[in-house]
Amino acid sequence: MEHTLTKEEIRQEKNLVYKKTNVMTDNILSYCPGCGHGTAHRILAEVIEEMDIQDITIGVDPVGCSVLAYNFFNLDMQQAAHGRAPALATAIKRLFPEKFVFTYQGDGDLAAIGTAETIHACNRGENITIIFINNGIYGMTGGQMAPTTLPGMKSSTSPYGRDVQMMGNPLKITELVAQLPGTCFVTRQAVHTPSTVRRAKRAIRLAFEYQSKNMGLSFIEIVSNCNSGWKMTPRQSNEWMEANMLPFYPLGDIKVPEK
Amino acid sequence: MAKVIGDIVIDIERCKGCEVCIPACPHDVIALAKNVNGKGYHYAETINDKCTGCANCAIVCPDGVITVYRVKI
Ligand SMILES: Cc1ncc(C[n+]2csc(CCOP(=O)(O)OP(=O)(O)O)c2C)c(N)n1
Ligand code: SF4
Ligand code: SF4
Ligand code: SF4
Repeated sequence: MEHTLTKEEIRQEKNLVYKKTNVMTDNILSYCPGCGHGTAHRILAEVIEEMDIQDITIGVDPVGCSVLAYNFFNLDMQQAAHGRAPALATAIKRLFPEKFVFTYQGDGDLAAIGTAETIHACNRGENITIIFINNGIYGMTGGQMAPTTLPGMKSSTSPYGRDVQMMGNPLKITELVAQLPGTCFVTRQAVHTPSTVRRAKRAIRLAFEYQSKNMGLSFIEIVSNCNSGWKMTPRQSNEWMEANMLPFYPLGDIKVPEK
Repeated sequence: MAKVIGDIVIDIERCKGCEVCIPACPHDVIALAKNVNGKGYHYAETINDKCTGCANCAIVCPDGVITVYRVKI
């Protein structure tokens, strides 16, 4: 059915339903086209805007492709040494318990070099939120195998596919930290389709709400693509992720607070 | 019956032509342009008037370049 409104009549402030949040800066993201890092940043920023906590939130960004995240969030940010974001966030939260503190980390950062910091911050039950981007690979340095690389998955250091006999098994660190008494909320999400984005955003919102109630550490894994490292187009990478990553890393809550 | 109509504005100079918005749109409103932007990317553009302002495209866009409007008529 044809309508008669012109584009100018539709594009008015009163009809606005979605625009980029001001909790993101106007800097162009350094990520490859179609990389899930950008979407994950944006929903995190939207939660901070909707909760009106921009002035009282401190983020810690990692080493990895998101090392420059401080350029993209309109927030107070610190940049941690590789893998050390949970330790830095621990210090910040203990010094400023009234602030909201989050880390944003890739799988190389969180599940390889930073395994000790991750597990101990979770086990201590630091009252912070960890956002963990699992793209199954070291993106920034050229697509090397990570602890999260799937069995049989090709990477630049497993060109014939990950052989678990020689290279060990993938580490489901999210299931692992769910076992620890210090975590209150552990969930696995994705951001490649409208419905997964909406669910992931709700999970981030819950994590910040639990943080405001001092309930312990919230851990949100976001299974994401690294289309450059996987050597696929963005659309192919999202399809490949759905067919291969999600059966191994199923989406959903792993641990929720007791009512 | 109330009907909703929508429209989107794509910041074409910031668009990276990743196509992630294309399968997200239930009404096939978006396609990549033949032309390229200043960075050399084929940018996303609207190709019909069927937009309902659902914002699906905007919430999956990694670069946050889509603004969405919606009117009830
Ligand atoms: C102490 C130290 N060791 C190694 C590196 C090299 N390095 C930089 S990024 C990176 C891995 C990043 O991978 P991931 O955390 O999965 O993030 P992604 O780039 O995929 O988002 C490594 C090993 C470093 N910068 N510092
Ligand atoms: S290398 Fe991979 S993780 Fe890094 S920006 Fe590109 S697609 Fe994203
Ligand atoms: S707002 Fe909805 S209908 Fe309009 S272009 Fe975006 S996805 Fe398509
Ligand atoms: S998702 Fe965003 S960046 Fe990618 S093609 Fe669509 S508008 Fe451009």
